Amino acid sequence: MSEEASEEASKEASNTITEIIAPCRLDYTIAAGEAQRPFLRGLAGGKIMGQRCPRCSKVYMPPRGSCPTCAIPTQEEIEISDHGTITTFCIVNLQFYGQAVEVPYACCSILLDGSDLPFFHLVQEVAADQVRMGLRVKAVWAPEEERKPSVESVRYFKPSGEEDAPYDSYKEFVS
Amino acid sequence: MRDVAIVSFSQSRHVRRDQQRNEVEIVMPVVADAVEKSGLQRSEIGFTCSGSTDYLVGVPFSFVMALDGVGAWPPIDESHVEMDGAWALYEAWIRLQTGEIDSALVYAFGKSSQGDLPAIMSRQLEPYTTATLWPDAISIAALQARVLIEGGHTSERAMAEIAARDRANAKDNPNAQVTGDFEVDTLLAEPYLADPLRKHDCSPISDGAAAVVLVAGERARELTDRPAWIRGIDHRIDSINFGARDLTRSPSAALAAERAGAGVDKLDVAEIYAPFTHQSALLERELGIGNGTRINPSGGALAANPMMAAGLVRLGEAATAIHKGSADRALAHATSGPCLQQNLVCVLEGE
Repeated sequence: MSEEASEEASKEASNTITEIIAPCRLDYTIAAGEAQRPFLRGLAGGKIMGQRCPRCSKVYMPPRGSCPTCAIPTQEEIEISDHGTITTFCIVNLQFYGQAVEVPYACCSILLDGSDLPFFHLVQEVAADQVRMGLRVKAVWAPEEERKPSVESVRYFKPSGEEDAPYDSYKEFVS
Repeated sequence: MRDVAIVSFSQSRHVRRDQQRNEVEIVMPVVADAVEKSGLQRSEIGFTCSGSTDYLVGVPFSFVMALDGVGAWPPIDESHVEMDGAWALYEAWIRLQTGEIDSALVYAFGKSSQGDLPAIMSRQLEPYTTATLWPDAISIAALQARVLIEGGHTSERAMAEIAARDRANAKDNPNAQVTGDFEVDTLLAEPYLADPLRKHDCSPISDGAAAVVLVAGERARELTDRPAWIRGIDHRIDSINFGARDLTRSPSAALAAERAGAGVDKLDVAEIYAPFTHQSALLERELGIGNGTRINPSGGALAANPMMAAGLVRLGEAATAIHKGSADRALAHATSGPCLQQNLVCVLEGE
């Protein structure tokens, strides 16, 4: 290409290019840490493990290795029930790329019995308009041979059939 | 200017790969130690500021999880910079200057080992024409080293001498990662990593954390026998387009040093954050470090380089030299970005 032609092409490009696609991929190997290791191993074995703060006695699940209130290490391992209460929820009606579940579905904040930290999980086997605060739910585990050190070992939660929990029993965890 | 001092400093033992602990578990004991050494109760701390980057762990808002290790309930006044902890300290110092608070906790952490660090560092480049080429951090540093060598500013031997100096200094630093006595000729016999850089020219990949406590005025004297007073602090930045920069210079480092008052009196110690050997020589020149100044008694970043914390470690090490009485006046430097793009200089004094 002559110099003029190349200059012309570059001028044209600068007039016409309005966006670029810049693919980015970075791979990581993450150390789960001392607190999450027993938690993840527990899930592979069909158990939900948390940790208790030695000062304020609050139980954290998933454990991060410290009490965010007292800022001291949590070391005592506690097995937590796989039954809990929906403290708050969101009904997902939008379809998006990579979605694993059919809409509408409920993404819920669940407070497991014996834990002081609600966590997010799917609630299924209930119509979206029946999902409510205080609804009692229980874990639906993956079959034993499919369990792994991941929260995916709990496929989802479903109503347990117990009576709704009174608001006062979980109001501390509704923010 | 309000008198503000570094009253305590703590750091982890920096290691190549911490496979046992997550970030919270690395940060927690360091923060607890810095607070305990300060003599303050946690409830007395007016402001908390951290430095880290989500790119090291590949998780958005990872700094929020690190707060679990600090104790953030009842709610604390808190902030974060996606930068080295040295800049978090700068933010805390500004807050102290406003008079709204009298003390601050600053911490920083990085598990540099969890991804491909030289590739991760390329994500800080100009996003349209430079980052899209994925130039790794070592190759970019090698371009600068080449320019410096060709310009007669340094040589591969002079660079190896810096590596030998810092690794030997690090023998007295129990938290350092690469330490020991090395013959320059032996180092020069090693193969290139990215011509003209060899392994010893590059800082190691390190996992670690650091924390300092800042206190203003008389209270600092009550808490510490010998507070490390911040007499000047400044940070400056050069163009993101490193192709347009003269890579044999660091105008931002020189300006920050001038504004921090580095040259007005003799410096006993200088802790310089140079991730590569050739940058150490360049910085010594730009910061005006002369004879009679002990450079990197801790071993510097060539001995341990926990990303996002290594700059704060320089401030902490310089402050420790004041606390212990081994220096009356010390300079601490931190850098960020490719080829020393951004620089912070802090001058600390005892009394």
